[in-house]
Amino acid sequence: MESKNYLNDISEIKQIMNKSSRFISLSGLSGVLAGIYAIIGAAIAYWLVMTYSNGTLMLDGYIYRLILLDLALIAIFSIITAVILTTRKAKKQDEKIWDGTSKRLVANFLIPLIVGGLYILIILNQQKYGQTGALMLIFYGLALINASKYSIGNIRYLGFIEIILGLICALFPGYGFWLWILGFGIMHIVYGTWMHFKYDKN
Amino acid sequence: MSIINNINKVFDHRIRLGIMSVLMVNEYADFNTLKDLLGATDGNLASHTKALEKADYITVEKQFIGRKPNTRYATTKLGKTAFNKHIEALEKLINKQ
Repeated sequence: MESKNYLNDISEIKQIMNKSSRFISLSGLSGVLAGIYAIIGAAIAYWLVMTYSNGTLMLDGYIYRLILLDLALIAIFSIITAVILTTRKAKKQDEKIWDGTSKRLVANFLIPLIVGGLYILIILNQQKYGQTGALMLIFYGLALINASKYSIGNIRYLGFIEIILGLICALFPGYGFWLWILGFGIMHIVYGTWMHFKYDKN
Repeated sequence: MSIINNINKVFDHRIRLGIMSVLMVNEYADFNTLKDLLGATDGNLASHTKALEKADYITVEKQFIGRKPNTRYATTKLGKTAFNKHIEALEKLINKQ
């Protein structure tokens, strides 16, 4: 009888430690949708470049600006979807969406991401565009690893995969487009599906 | 005998264990966060934080955010050591049976 109480104590301690330090209501489905947006966006970019600029991309051209808009739309749609689905999941689990844990998660996710984004914009302005895909993958991976301490721990593995893809991409810039699709499209779908069945289905 | 000695009377309550658990993994936590996490009432939580403070296991820091008073809690080194010992003792007790 006594021992059972102690066991309860221990499991409650673990539960409170997790709940107070990690935001775990991230929706797996939003990962899947982000992956789908990335693939659709990439297909649009591919089509634009192939149809209107003969397979080459001129910086400061009209098509180039359209592709930047395309990238921005992918990011915006992914973020909106993540916020909506995560809010819904948090509500269902009776957890607060904007508390200490989610604030910390967002802050730690954004630090590497914003630094990376600014860096990419700076070198694009210096006409160095060959590493853009690699840098996006690497900084996104670092953002995931940084955020994993404050969320479901295993998003750090997705972070490692993105970094490895980014480094491969840096070695073979010619495959940048396909590695980008693999990293942002397919990996998100695979990972989101796995997360959905592991955490959301209960 | 030594195992029994390590079971800490100060931690012998659900809310107190909860407060320590939160503060072990967070730099600090304020009163309302603790209240939400542990599902305790104001008076209940206040009396338990006071007990932990008396034992020098946690520190209390009162400040104002804008005009609202805000009370923040953090563990002391002593509190962390004591809590770890307590957990170890609990685990040993469980394993014994």
